[in-house]
Amino acid sequence: MNMAKLEMMVGTFMIIGILCLGYVSVKLGKLEFGAGDYYTVKAGFDSVSGLKPGARVEVAGVEVGKVDRIALDDKSGDRALAFLKIKNGVKITDDVIASVRTSGIIGDKFIKLKPGGSGQMLKNNDTIRETESAIDIEELVSKFIHGKV
Amino acid sequence: MVQALGKITISSVRDLGRAGWFLFYSIYMIVRRPGHPAQVLKQMRFIGTKSLFVIVLTAAFTGMVLGLQGYYTLTKFGSEGMLGTAVALSLIRELGPVLAALMVTGRAGSAITAEIGIMRITEQIDALETMALDPFKYLVTPKFIAAIISLPLLCAIFDVVGIYGGWLVGVKLLGVNPGAYFYEMEKAVVWRDVYSGFAKSFSFGLIIAWIGCYKGYYAGHGAEGVSKATTESVVLTSVLILVWDYFLTSVLL
Repeated sequence: MNMAKLEMMVGTFMIIGILCLGYVSVKLGKLEFGAGDYYTVKAGFDSVSGLKPGARVEVAGVEVGKVDRIALDDKSGDRALAFLKIKNGVKITDDVIASVRTSGIIGDKFIKLKPGGSGQMLKNNDTIRETESAIDIEELVSKFIHGKV
Repeated sequence: MVQALGKITISSVRDLGRAGWFLFYSIYMIVRRPGHPAQVLKQMRFIGTKSLFVIVLTAAFTGMVLGLQGYYTLTKFGSEGMLGTAVALSLIRELGPVLAALMVTGRAGSAITAEIGIMRITEQIDALETMALDPFKYLVTPKFIAAIISLPLLCAIFDVVGIYGGWLVGVKLLGVNPGAYFYEMEKAVVWRDVYSGFAKSFSFGLIIAWIGCYKGYYAGHGAEGVSKATTESVVLTSVLILVWDYFLTSVLL
């Protein structure tokens, strides 16, 4: 077999392989080159039970970002700190209210942002002050049963 | 009785040592004096391009059966939307690397052993040594390099074809929401899953080339020796892939 044909065949195989490699790692694995078009804001919650990294962040039902990671707040020690990646170009006011909400029957948690009327915008690494935690159905039911409502 | 036991122990320890040395020396040769690019290319055509058809075929049917089985199970919980996640995660993390490696073992691993084994019994390897040519450089290292490059690529093709096989059955045949299939999949798969899958297929490539070449290189006498070496090579490679897969998964999880 001549060299050109051999190179052609192996080349075709490698192109298909690398395309698939790219699809799996970039599209599915979300491998990002560089920082990407995002800025990060922090939000402290009493409880983020059920929220996972990668969950949606919505404003008026439109996806504007993702939950980057979740950690325990070092300062207080009993609050959760969620790091939200917001797309550049989406402006969030500093009096926004962030709440953990549930969607669908399986109970996917996402973060709903409700912008306020302030003129000040949040910048990279700023903290959202107003938050609402995940609704704990069990706690609600027990409150109802023990008559504290 | 005791003598036989000792003999078996000594010979198996020697075998292990020889195989270990073979792997070490092959890697040393890849770094020091890799074979001619044309040789590597030829091996890549054999291990990679020619395996493409069988990989695509097995991947499509694996994905389709995953779609069918996944649907059957998930529909009991009313969560067919998770089908994409189930298919993609099992393919990327586990089935893609392992099944691609097993198919390549059957197709290329056996051929590698037979080729080198026949060269051994017809004394072509000895002839190379007599002419002061290193048989490793001509026979072994090109196969190692080709297998290490080809396996992750074949695994990626397996993953993608399998995911679309699952899509074909789940979405087109059973009526799962196409948006949910891909959306749930993209949400659930993270870079760690992809990375562990490719780390696996990379090491499987090394195992296939290692055992294939080793068994051929030390093939016994005559046609019987080659046939025995080929059988042992395929069985040993398959077992080693599954065992190594378990350890790698427990480390990478």
